[in-house]
Order: sequence, then structure tokens, then C-alpha cells
Amino acid sequence: MTDARTKPKNSGKSLKMMPDKEKNEFASWQVNCPVSVTANADCVTLAHGEGGRLSRKLIQDRIIHSLKNEFLIAMNDAAHLPEIQGPLALTTDSFVVSPLFFPGGDIGSLSVFGTVNDLAVSGAKPLWITLSLIIEEGLPLVVLDRILESIACAAQETGVKIVAGDTKVVPRGAADGLFINTTGVGELIKPIPPGPQTLQEKDELIVSGPIGRHGIAILTVREELAMEPVPQSDCGSLIRPVKRLREELGDQIRCLRDATRGGVAAVMHEWAEACGLTLSLDERSIPVSPEVRGVCELLGLDPLHVANEGTMLIAVKQGAGAAAVEVLQSLAETAEPRLIGTVNPRGIAPVTVRRTLGPEQPLDDPLGSPLPRIC
Amino acid sequence: MKYLDEYRDPGAAQLLLDEIRRISSRCWTLMEVCGGQTHSLLRHGIAAELQGTVELIHGPGCPVCVTDQAAIDFACQLAQKEDVVLTSFGDMLRVPGSRGSLLDAQTAGANIRIVYSPLDAVELARTHPEKQFVFFAVGFETTAPATALAIKQAGRYQLENFSFIVSHVRVQPAMESLVQAPDHRVQAFLAAGHVCTVMGFESYEPFVKRYQLPVVVTGFEPLDLLEGILACVKQLEANEARLENRYARTVRSTGNLAAQDLVQEIYQVCDSEWRGFGMIPEGGLELRPEWQNFDARMRFTEPALRVIDLDECRSFEVMTGHIKPPECPHFGKSCNPESPLGAPMVSSEGACAAYYRYDVTAS
Repeated sequence: MTDARTKPKNSGKSLKMMPDKEKNEFASWQVNCPVSVTANADCVTLAHGEGGRLSRKLIQDRIIHSLKNEFLIAMNDAAHLPEIQGPLALTTDSFVVSPLFFPGGDIGSLSVFGTVNDLAVSGAKPLWITLSLIIEEGLPLVVLDRILESIACAAQETGVKIVAGDTKVVPRGAADGLFINTTGVGELIKPIPPGPQTLQEKDELIVSGPIGRHGIAILTVREELAMEPVPQSDCGSLIRPVKRLREELGDQIRCLRDATRGGVAAVMHEWAEACGLTLSLDERSIPVSPEVRGVCELLGLDPLHVANEGTMLIAVKQGAGAAAVEVLQSLAETAEPRLIGTVNPRGIAPVTVRRTLGPEQPLDDPLGSPLPRIC
Repeated sequence: MKYLDEYRDPGAAQLLLDEIRRISSRCWTLMEVCGGQTHSLLRHGIAAELQGTVELIHGPGCPVCVTDQAAIDFACQLAQKEDVVLTSFGDMLRVPGSRGSLLDAQTAGANIRIVYSPLDAVELARTHPEKQFVFFAVGFETTAPATALAIKQAGRYQLENFSFIVSHVRVQPAMESLVQAPDHRVQAFLAAGHVCTVMGFESYEPFVKRYQLPVVVTGFEPLDLLEGILACVKQLEANEARLENRYARTVRSTGNLAAQDLVQEIYQVCDSEWRGFGMIPEGGLELRPEWQNFDARMRFTEPALRVIDLDECRSFEVMTGHIKPPECPHFGKSCNPESPLGAPMVSSEGACAAYYRYDVTAS
């Protein structure tokens, strides 16, 4: 059915998903971490979070050293930012992904791309972000460095500056290696996409690439499913595709959204609720990679419910879909876009999907995390 | 994708649909035994396409749906114990016992871990000797060999911190008990392809002779199902009752002998309480006496909880074909996937969940 194969395992699994008040001996950085961590590696201690010399050293030598820019170097209590012309967009997101490193990304790049993408699809040019780290005592410093490096690369790629931050250290067991919060500020660029409440009948729906890649990548590595090839996350920036789309299509765009938790289905339900119409999808035109499809078929999951981190949905006015697909196709980040559906009068359900043979069926709003089936 | 797309080809499916309609002189009533088949019939719109030509009764073949409430209550009880980690397949977690589901227990602090294979649970137990691990073994003859292998593995490692709640069930006794009911409506069976892959289908010969009902071993993809249905209808129209294998790419008459040997070695047949059905003679598997040190019921001397029977769920009537899920007064109202009254609304294989997700008329 697929080239995904199960290989025998050679190690016990971690117990990280279990509420364990005792020593957290299988921290998530141990899974899939690209840097080698020796047994006597220097680790973050509670003292690093107490505000004294060790705190300053951690911030100066590692965080500011990795992310340096004029705003951070000033070391003020608040960043002093230059005036900008247009109205602002502001967003915040917290990242608690486990494991910290996964095929196609890590918590660092994810925390930048996630916030930057939220700004971009809202119609803003991302400018500045803040970075709060909540570190679990015992996280090796080399692992922290690796993540900071990844944050710096993602910031550079997306052209945002990290202008303020905070670092806290919590006792073992109170976090899972590292939690990150980023808050982003962007300048809204006109014409701002008016939003899903303006969707009209015959509008066209586009997805920017194959769906479900992030969720399946995380599931595969978290549960050690040993698939080959290893499914890769789509974790990445959507700034350039959004910018190009807006340049080429202008006010033909109704709304854009990155399809993160809950996947395509969750976004479709939110849009349907906002406009009161039915969003009809055609399953056959929705791109799904063989790796994702293989895992989903094996476990009884629907790719439409699985999370993405660098794939978006776009709604455009009738007739503009082909042009949108053409723009996206020309960019490396979104090489496989597809027209996947249309907006119709409210019918049998807010969101419907046409599958292999039969009639239009309701597509349900995801409920909690999908549970793999028994057989 | 190979082995999937060619069995979902809309053109070929249409030809089969046309052929079924062409040869049917009346509306026939078939039962698909397995929940995976139910799910596929609704997901791909086959049940709706055949309305008026073939009525499909969705049989008892969803293992989590028929798992006894007492077993779920016991699993929750163990999971809440200090130092016990309960391991389970994912779709068992939302199924309500009489005192809540495993997911409810987890919210209340119980230590529960989803595994994808019972061997993963063995590995957890082996690498964490400080905790007691319990695997909640549910499923038909398809999953029983994997649990058997895990039990053998646990024996090989001499694990003293690992045990099983064995709640495996057998499909053929359930079919027997269905057709022995005087008001049963089944005219032919689509036998569960995966169970036959393991168990073979020779054991259906006496069943077919005794009850004079066609049994067709059937797969799960749209074309597999349509082939199976067509074969049933052909037999019914010719007034025949034969055993046929329409899933030959996977199923051999003798099945998987290595898996059967393993099942024989570890389990013995027992009478079993099926949720919604009651006691089914020879309907389950239990550990043989020599393996009983791995039986969680032996290892933990928990006081047996009385099952609080609030079952308003009419799953029995659904699984015996007396009502369709939308005909249940609770369907979509007090019973939905967020707050299910019974198991068929929970599992992705359950008939009610399949109607809730895919059926246009139901929504």
C-alpha cells in the first residue's frame, strides 16, 4: 500500500506523555536531537533563572549572542521601536511541541514561523517578535544553543527582528524541556484581505500544498512509528507566497489562513461559520503526500484533520483560483497548490466533501486529537 | 497509491453498481460483519447508492463497541492506581464504561498511554521495571495473535510488572447467535476479510450448510465491497447458499497458520459477555491456565465494581439490523461523538459514528 514500513525497534519508548511527578528521565530533547549530548554536559539550572550573574550570563552569552540586533543589545526593560506608518497587527502563540526536534524543523523555527505566518495571512508585514523561553531545569545548554540558532535562522529568513524576551527556568517535571511563547507585531498592508465573513457563493478555495505533513511528522517521531521515508513537517514561512499572491491578485483575495491545529477541516468550519454558507471540498483534488496518506490509512486518520505548519488555505473570488494556483506554483515553498473546492449556498452541512464515488458528505469539525483505530 | 487507488476507481465501481442493480429482482438484506466495512460503505457512499436494491445491516464487528462495560470499568480502576500504567489502543479511550471512559480517568490523573502494538507495551514494561504495566487487549481474531505474541514475549523476559486485561472476542459465534434469533433479517453475510486472513474461512462451511445463508469473504475498499455484494446478490437470485472468497488477494482458505498456532498456545475459548448482546457462548478468548500469571485479574485483587447499567444506548437493535442509527431517538441529540451514550458512536468503526460522519440524511 505504501513505502512506509515498520522496522523493529531497538529501544524502550519514552514516558513523556504520562503525567509523571517523578524525575523526568526521558525529556523530549533526547528524541531526535541533532546534537550529541554527553552525560556530563552543562545544563540549565534553576540558578540560571534567578536573575543573578548566571541569568545575565545565559542571556548575554547565549541568547543575545545568537539573536543579536540593535534592540536586544540595548538591554532595556522594554524595546524602543521606531515609528511606522500604517495600522498594526498583533498576534501571540505558545509552542509546547514534543519532541523539541522533529523531521523538518524544531521548536525554535516553529515558534518564529508560526507567529510570522499568523501575521502574514492576516495581511501584515511581520516586523518584530518577542521571545519568552520557559526552560525545564536540566536542559543541556548545547540543546538550547541549537534551538537559539534555529530561531536566529528563521528570523533572518523571514526578515523579522527579535526585539524583547524573557527567560524563566522551572523545576524538573514542571515543563517538557522547553516551552516558547512568541508575540509578533506587523504593519498592515492595504488592501487588507476582508476576511471569511465576506465569502460569497462561487468563491474558490485553494490549498497551498500537500496537507497533514506536520501532524504526521510529529506523530511518527513521537510514537517511534519507524516509517520510511520519514515523513517531514512542512514547518516553514508563508511570507513570500502571501506577498506574491497579494501583489498578483490584490482585492481578488477574500481571506487566507494557515491550517495549523485541526487541519484544513478546522479552518473550513471557522470560515463556514463566519459566512453562513457551505464550503464544498473535492477530496480527489486535495494534495496528500504518499507518506502522509500511508500513515493516515494505516491508523484510520483523515488528513483533513491533521495539523500543518507551513501550508495555508486561500479563498478568492470566482474565477481567480487558477491565477492563485499559478502564482503559488512558481514558488519553492508552495510548489503543489490545488484548487480544492468552492463556496455554495448553505446545504446539508457547513462543510462538505465529495469522496471517491458517492454524493457530497458532511465533513466533521475535528474533536480533540484524532485517536488511531484498533484494526 | 498502489493497492488503494485501483480499488477505489469510480468508473469500475459504477459498473459494479449497475450490475448489482441490473440483476436484483428485489431488495436483498445483507449484513457486513466488520466495522471497517461499515465505515467504508458509508464513507464511499456505497450504502446510499444501493438504497432500494440492497439493504445493508451493520453487524457487530466493531471490537471496541462490543467490549463489556465491566472490562472498561476494571481498566479505569487499574489505571487510577499509583504506579500502574494502563496501555491501550487509541480508539478504546473514549468508549464509556459504566463509570466513565479511560479518557475521563486520564483527566482525573490516571496514567494511560496509547500504544500502536502490544509489543510496544512489553517494551515499556521491560525498560521501566519500577512501574506495573497493564495492556488492555481488545479486538477480534485479528488482534488476538499480536497480544499472544506480546504475552509470549513478556514470558520470555520473565516480566513481573506486566499483565493483560484480555477481552478478545470471536466473530463466528456472534454470527451464530444473530441468526439463531427468531426475528433475524439477514439473508447473506459479507464475512470480515481481515479476520479470515488470520483464521481462514473453512470454518464457515458448516455455518453455510446449517443456516442456508450465503457467506462471501469480503475486503474493505469500495471495489472489494461491491464485488462481495454482487456475489451475494448473484447467489440469492439463483437461490443458492455457498461460501465464496472475494478477497483472494489476502485470504487463503486455511488462513495464517502461524498466527492460529499462537492463539491456540496462549488462549482458550470461553463464553463471553458482549456489550449490547449479552452472553455469547464461546464468544471470547481467555488465557490458558499456564499463562494466567499475566492475567491482570489475577495480579490485582481489586474489588469487583458493579456495572451501573444506565444503558439507554440501543446499539443491540442497530447491530442486529432492527433499526438504522438515525432511527434511534438519541442519535445526534443526547448521543453524539462528543458525548456518546454508547460505544458505536465513539469508535471510528462504529455504525452510529459512521452515520454521524458520512450520512447526508442523518445530518
